[in-house]
Amino acid sequence: MRGERGTAHGTALFVAAVVAVVLFAGAHASAQTPALPGQVLAFDRGKGNCLTCHDIKGGEAPGNLGPPLADIKTRFPDRKELRGIVFDETKRNPQTVMPPFGRNLILTDGEIEAIVDFLYTR
Amino acid sequence: MRISRAIASVVVTMMIAALVVAGARPAAAADTIDPDADFKAFRAYFTKLFPNVPLNDFVNGPYSMDAELRKQWEAIDDFPPYDFAIDRGKQMFATAFKNGKTYGDCFPEKGIGIRQNYPYFDDKTGEVITLELELNRCREANGEEPYSYVKDEMASLTAYMAFTSRGKPFDIKIPNDPRALAAYQKGAEYFYARRGQLNFSCASCHVQNPGNHIRTEVLAPALGIVAAMPIYRSEWSGMGTMSRRLVTCNSQVRGVPLKPQDELYRDVEYYLSYMSNGLPVSGPGTRP
Repeated sequence: MRGERGTAHGTALFVAAVVAVVLFAGAHASAQTPALPGQVLAFDRGKGNCLTCHDIKGGEAPGNLGPPLADIKTRFPDRKELRGIVFDETKRNPQTVMPPFGRNLILTDGEIEAIVDFLYTR
Repeated sequence: MRISRAIASVVVTMMIAALVVAGARPAAAADTIDPDADFKAFRAYFTKLFPNVPLNDFVNGPYSMDAELRKQWEAIDDFPPYDFAIDRGKQMFATAFKNGKTYGDCFPEKGIGIRQNYPYFDDKTGEVITLELELNRCREANGEEPYSYVKDEMASLTAYMAFTSRGKPFDIKIPNDPRALAAYQKGAEYFYARRGQLNFSCASCHVQNPGNHIRTEVLAPALGIVAAMPIYRSEWSGMGTMSRRLVTCNSQVRGVPLKPQDELYRDVEYYLSYMSNGLPVSGPGTRP
């Protein structure tokens, strides 16, 4: 009995080790293509927190108060327009619930530029 | 003074007009205070938006909006996490203060089955009295220290009082008294005014976006939103009162919360409760 348990224990340890190696390799592989700084800012709950309201490829558990952020190049050929929406969408649409990230100093101009860069990759 | 007041009045009128135009405030004319017309517009807005939600189901908040969430709720509700609060509240009601009086002595019907009548306008003091405020005034009148408004003992007391009132339709009265109408109107304006760094009003979520998701959370409709109070929130790992909900809402939009039971918060509760007239008390409730 004790022997059997010992063997099972050993097997479990071995499986855990293999899993750990595989996971580590996976983490290593993804580390080779680091997220754009704008992606980090966009997904950070204390910064853009865009996923609270928008579905964005690469983000988990998105909300749906705003439209999915996809095909950005097609939808916003004018970068100024997209930047303006992030800066203060209430200018275009007074009823929007989108926070005015620039006007209310939630994000700096540089952070908004970085997020806009990232959005053009979606 | 007169000029600044006039400007403030114009600003408020414009603000409400803008909201009405876009449909954010389902209300009647902005220049007169007409709670009954507001009530009809508010009710019509939500029932039109959710034609398949039975009227009395709005008190179940996000569960009335989302089938999957409702299934999880029904599973949890076999052993509701607020049960301990009801038991504790019941015990507190049965225990006398040091002077021999009880909570029941402070309320009509000994405090049983009366939750649906709160808040009410007190024509003697000219202010809105909520259940939480009345409970602490009861304690103080009997020589006891007031409780924190946001959770623990206060939530246990209101949980028990709500439980004894379950199913009773909200019956909030706004007497034809300019002070009562002003309190109602201030509550409505607070509810629809944007605030905080994130620039949200209460209505941004609970009127403009009920049923929608912020991350995985389903936003509750403003219609019936007071009915389940107090609530056990998983996010809080415990019970919270109406006061707690208002304070956390303000913080979440990076605004500055008022003090629990501030006059304005009571006015907001007055407005929202009047909008829920006719809907059944469902508290205490659970929310994710």
